[in-house]
Amino acid sequence: MTALLEAKGLHAAYGETRVLHGIGFSVREGGVTALLGANGAGKTTTLRAICGTVRTQGEIALGGRRIDGLQTEDIVRLGVAQVPEGRGTFMELTVEENMKLGAYTRPARRVTEDFEHMFDYFPRLKERFRQQAGTLSGGEQQMLAIARALLLRPKLLLLDEPSFGLAPLIVQEIFRILRRIREDAGVSILLVEQNATLALDFADDAFVLETGRIVLSGPSGDIIKDEGVRRSYLGY
Amino acid sequence: MFAGVIHQVMSGIATGGIYASVALALVMIYQATHHVNFAQGEMATFSTYITLMMINAGLPYWVAFFLAIIVSFVIGVAIERILMRPLANAPVLSSVGVFVGLLLVINSLSGWLFDYTIKQFPTPFPDRPMLGGYLSGHELGSTAVTLIVLACVYAFFRHTRLGLAMRAAAYNPASSRLVGVRVGWMLALGWGLAAAIGAVAGCMVAPIVFLDPNMMSGILLYAFAGALLGGIDNPLGAVLGGFMVGIIENLGGAYLVGTELKLTLALVIIVAVLTVKPTGLMGRRVFSRV
Amino acid sequence: MSMKRGTWLIAVVVLVAAIWPAATFSSYHLFQLTMVAVYAIAILGLSLLTGFNGQISLGHGAFYAIGAYTTAILMTTWDVPYWATLPASAAVCGVVGFLVGLPALRLGGLYLALTTFALAVAIPQLLKYKAVDAWTGGVQGLVIDKPDAPFGLPLSSDQYLYLFTFAVMAVMYVIAWNLVRGRIGRAMKAIRDHALAAEAMGINTALIKTGTFAVSALFTGLAGSLGAIAVQFVAPDSFSVFVSIFFFVGLVVGGVSSIGGTLIGAAFIEFVPNLADAVSKAAPGAVYGVILIATMFLMPAGAGGLLASLWRRLTARHPAAPDGTAAQGGPAAEGTATIEADA
Repeated sequence: MTALLEAKGLHAAYGETRVLHGIGFSVREGGVTALLGANGAGKTTTLRAICGTVRTQGEIALGGRRIDGLQTEDIVRLGVAQVPEGRGTFMELTVEENMKLGAYTRPARRVTEDFEHMFDYFPRLKERFRQQAGTLSGGEQQMLAIARALLLRPKLLLLDEPSFGLAPLIVQEIFRILRRIREDAGVSILLVEQNATLALDFADDAFVLETGRIVLSGPSGDIIKDEGVRRSYLGY
Repeated sequence: MFAGVIHQVMSGIATGGIYASVALALVMIYQATHHVNFAQGEMATFSTYITLMMINAGLPYWVAFFLAIIVSFVIGVAIERILMRPLANAPVLSSVGVFVGLLLVINSLSGWLFDYTIKQFPTPFPDRPMLGGYLSGHELGSTAVTLIVLACVYAFFRHTRLGLAMRAAAYNPASSRLVGVRVGWMLALGWGLAAAIGAVAGCMVAPIVFLDPNMMSGILLYAFAGALLGGIDNPLGAVLGGFMVGIIENLGGAYLVGTELKLTLALVIIVAVLTVKPTGLMGRRVFSRV
Repeated sequence: MSMKRGTWLIAVVVLVAAIWPAATFSSYHLFQLTMVAVYAIAILGLSLLTGFNGQISLGHGAFYAIGAYTTAILMTTWDVPYWATLPASAAVCGVVGFLVGLPALRLGGLYLALTTFALAVAIPQLLKYKAVDAWTGGVQGLVIDKPDAPFGLPLSSDQYLYLFTFAVMAVMYVIAWNLVRGRIGRAMKAIRDHALAAEAMGINTALIKTGTFAVSALFTGLAGSLGAIAVQFVAPDSFSVFVSIFFFVGLVVGGVSSIGGTLIGAAFIEFVPNLADAVSKAAPGAVYGVILIATMFLMPAGAGGLLASLWRRLTARHPAAPDGTAAQGGPAAEGTATIEADA
């Protein structure tokens, strides 16, 4: 498989506290890679490392080009979009303004057709277009967050716990849409999820993080059969 | 008597426009950085001196006016880039110290470059009474100018991409970075805009109060009162607050406390707002986490 | 307080500092030193509030003015002797400070700074208020007679005034030192460092905060009285916003929570204008501003903090040193890693 993103010997720290200890992983081009692990394993930190919002040591390459050490704003322009933990919605702004911000780096004339594209995936956003984003439900905010990220026309989409705090039915709906996105847009996805069943069902490959180290990796079909994973993360 | 009230109110709107402008500048910086720019008044005074310098050099009023706005914008950006970046996570005392220091430096710079004698500042507006005698030509003109400036700023923030990016950077810098907004430069731009607005306010008020290095200290006080009254994290509120303070100051000065205690009135407004409703009329409640 | 040798050393230094200038300096230089003592007390007051209790005040010039005017009015209207005005001034300022401290309870750091700044700007106008002209002397202000040395002592009035002010200063410093070292001082610092935790520990934060405001105002007000006597004159325009700002500058330069540092700060704001004025009228303000900014960036603990850490490094090598800090288990026992330099 060709890897869109490759990380080697990646360390990350918050101040003096080291969270990642020299991990290595890759994201399949055009596919979905899952990053699993318990709370505090370092999954969100890994996404932050890719986006340059945390101090790192080691190599991260996007399409062969080194992105470690770059500013977040530049990494974003190279085609990395993150749907952060907690959605990162601009609460005080409207849905329309949130989406406009998603398209901030795109040329102005493209924006209307890009918006139509998003309404196709998330019709509810069209309904709520002029509403203040803070008044949306959790599921709608999640859709808005994904739309914002996709409006960047990214090569790599980072999803941080999209199922968090949402009712199962909404989660199903979101993952249905994610499947469509994966087929249509040809975007590579790195999915961080605590809900391992959901993640392994969706992903092609998976990495398992434990206290800042990769302990297991491989095609999701294999991971799902692994004894240790089943006991620790799948509950059976 | 009624004519007197109307006159005070109209005058109050005229001065209120100036307070509203300075209040807006304060709130723009506060919203983005949670710092109070104690040096805002001195910056505006310095800009006014620059305008006078250019007028004295022979430039027509409006050319000098616009050039001064641009120069002030650049100075504002420079101050943010040089001094303010390390202050992002500093304790309150440090930031207060730096701002007070900035106040002293700019105040001294004005005094050194342009000396301490009180100077007259020209007005581009005719000297006749207008609107049936309720306003002087300058008051009317200055109100118009400040309203135009405020409207332009509003339009900029509501309807342009850059304005949206600046608002986003103030509300949520982390998410702004993730969509590619260059947050650092948005802050610098905010400072530049605040400085430019201050320049307008300075030029509009100088013909009335005369120009000397300490011209704006009282006005800064009214601007604080206006910003707090409207809600220190709400630009629209700050503008409304500024106008209200202008009217209250004039009515209060004429009928309640006499013109000598008008500054005290501003102080009373500040204390009253902060003790009764700290978020102001239009601000949001903020809960701080332990 | 087991620092016998240290106390004697300090006492000797203090006596020399009092007597030598009085005996040898010219009356102008004595006046300058008197003002240093006055500013030291003023900044000491501010230090208690801002440095040790974390309440930022940019308006202490107000208390300085109240003290000055209390003394001036008592002396000119009712012929009260200068020394008797001091307790009165202290009482008035203490009460005013307490009253100001009440609404201040609801204001966080930045808002308090803003409000006190507003107060500082409004002072001159308040002092010029026509209704109280008869007492305050309006724009012209009041003139005070210089006190002569009592009991026919062979001292010039400048010499006497210097010694008198110095004595009051010494007393105030002892009071401040004890306050800060004791239980109340610890409560003050606890509130500064983490108000919620202090509250949870059972400290009556409201009482301590308003009390500190009162004491702080008392100190600075007393300084105002002494300053009025030294200058022999009070007028509204002498109490502009810059008085408050310069006290703040002196506080920061000396070291925000350094008792000894307040002396350095006071000397700074007395002598810098004299030196800088020779360059240009604008120079003092510029020097203050630049040094204020530089101190915040490079030396947040101020000159006092710098000296204190040097002292600690020296005394750490000699465990039998007479200095009290080493005996109390070192600076680490004192609290958080903030601008802790209570020398």
